[in-house]
Amino acid sequence: MAGSKTGRVVFDRFLERWLPQIVVSPLFATSLLFVYGFIAWTVYISFTKSGVMPNYTFSGLSQYIRLWTTPRWLVALENLFIFTSLFIIGCMVIGLLLAILLDQRIRSEGVVRTVYLYPMALSFIVTGTAWKWILNPTLGIEKIIQGLGFENFNFDWLVDPKMAIYTVVIAGIWQSSGYVMALFLAGLRSVDDEIIKAAAIDGAGPVRTYGSIILPIVRPVFFSAFVILSHLAIKSFDLVMALTGGGPGYATDVPATFMYSFAFQRSELGTAAASAVMMLVTITAIYVPYLYSELRRPAK
Amino acid sequence: MSQESGIVRRKGLRQVMLRGLLFAVLILFCLYYLMPLIVMVSTSLKSLDEIRTSSLISLPQAVTFDAWAKAWSSACVGVRCTGLEPYFMNSVLMVVPSVIISTILGALNGYALTKWRFRGADIIFALMLFGSFIPFQVVLLPMARMLGYFGLAGSVYGLILVHTIYGLAFTTLFFRNFFVGVSDGIVNAAKIDGAGFFKIFFSVLLPMSLPTIVVTVIWQFTQIWNDFLFGIAFTVGDSNPVTVALNNIVATSTGVKEYNVDMAAAIIAALPTLLVYIIAGKYFVRGLSAGAVKG
Repeated sequence: MAGSKTGRVVFDRFLERWLPQIVVSPLFATSLLFVYGFIAWTVYISFTKSGVMPNYTFSGLSQYIRLWTTPRWLVALENLFIFTSLFIIGCMVIGLLLAILLDQRIRSEGVVRTVYLYPMALSFIVTGTAWKWILNPTLGIEKIIQGLGFENFNFDWLVDPKMAIYTVVIAGIWQSSGYVMALFLAGLRSVDDEIIKAAAIDGAGPVRTYGSIILPIVRPVFFSAFVILSHLAIKSFDLVMALTGGGPGYATDVPATFMYSFAFQRSELGTAAASAVMMLVTITAIYVPYLYSELRRPAK
Repeated sequence: MSQESGIVRRKGLRQVMLRGLLFAVLILFCLYYLMPLIVMVSTSLKSLDEIRTSSLISLPQAVTFDAWAKAWSSACVGVRCTGLEPYFMNSVLMVVPSVIISTILGALNGYALTKWRFRGADIIFALMLFGSFIPFQVVLLPMARMLGYFGLAGSVYGLILVHTIYGLAFTTLFFRNFFVGVSDGIVNAAKIDGAGFFKIFFSVLLPMSLPTIVVTVIWQFTQIWNDFLFGIAFTVGDSNPVTVALNNIVATSTGVKEYNVDMAAAIIAALPTLLVYIIAGKYFVRGLSAGAVKG
């Protein structure tokens, strides 16, 4: 009797001491396997000859050499560069402009904000479908403008290999600029009213107040928005698939669609893995400094 | 005196004009954001003949719901002409367990990591944080192999597993950030009263975290419902989620292109998250900003 009772107490003590660790350990194990284990597997495969099936013989940098000599990869990178830079600039400019306009104590601000932000709730597949229809070379915008009397107007970017990537930019900015607006608006609202009043007393106009007082204060928002937008851009897969499917040909391929295509359609595992590693490296380079600065900031 | 009132009036007029300009710009942007939705809805209510003769932005002359009926129950997704219905159900079957499991586990982990601080808790958190922003392309190949190995390839169960695992990083993050702000005093008081690990969690902290639960559920719901990458990589035909099926309907190149059916299908696929946004927009936005701090 006494023995089992002590046993219980010992067991309870043990549980009390270790329960938190026991609860967290599945999470820990999951991260280790499904994030780090998988990354390690992909990195390893990128250094092998793997084709249709994984082949675990080490073959050095051959897949990376293949990747960087594949014209399709270079097109994907060029597209990523065009898309990312225009997407970030467009979202920032529109987002900031709308945030400043909404900051002027508008009566129906809630409604307007809701309208600006709803695209973010939708799947890129859905919005891509909508934009594909609007940008349709014969029935979409082209037809509207021609209907207005401009018979020779043509707008066939969606099927023009040189211009198709810009249609992705248009749809991308439409989808995400409202989100950037919300980020900036939250930043603007957090600026102390006293500072704004002091500026008004000093005779600063609205442009000066924003330009040299408020915007420098919300500088961290620019930084966050940049990181989030570049993250969205590098991972962008859905929008391209929905809008152009990477086409015409592979004119609108980006690294994400390149990887998918090489992994699941062409079964070139090694090259697909190498492209995935390149994406990981890029995102890590942007994110690690950001996370470091976020985590060092004192908790709110 | 008169000069003074003149200044006031001129300033007033300028003020009114600026105000008018401000509203004009804001309304113009409202139209810009709403246009695709308006075009989708109005196109879905037109007949094919009307689409060919009318313009994109003209409202339907004779409203018909045929395209909606077809999109839901008889449109061809690839070679199967079953409409979106079975795929919509796949998405429901996928999203409900994934959201519930990842939210519960996230709450539990967030709690253990903040209120029972043990050595290594910060390292585990940092490791997990990294997992929430990796490009998923880097885990796509090994995941596909593992799902195949466990016989889950091409099934809704495989997607439930994938979404639960990669959602866990976010849900833990949300709850961790909330619990960090909760005073330790509450937990310590409960400990002195003799409450254990789970008792404190269920009767003290969980009831407090209701808003965080709502934010997490909404965030997870929209993320998983809108997912396309995992859906297209890990499922085939019958088990496709609605986003993949929608893409297949739209990408079908055989036969007459039925734009009205495409648009109706797109709205059906968007409806759940759109409703969530309209009903619980405040929480949706909070989820966005909670996700924003880390990405």
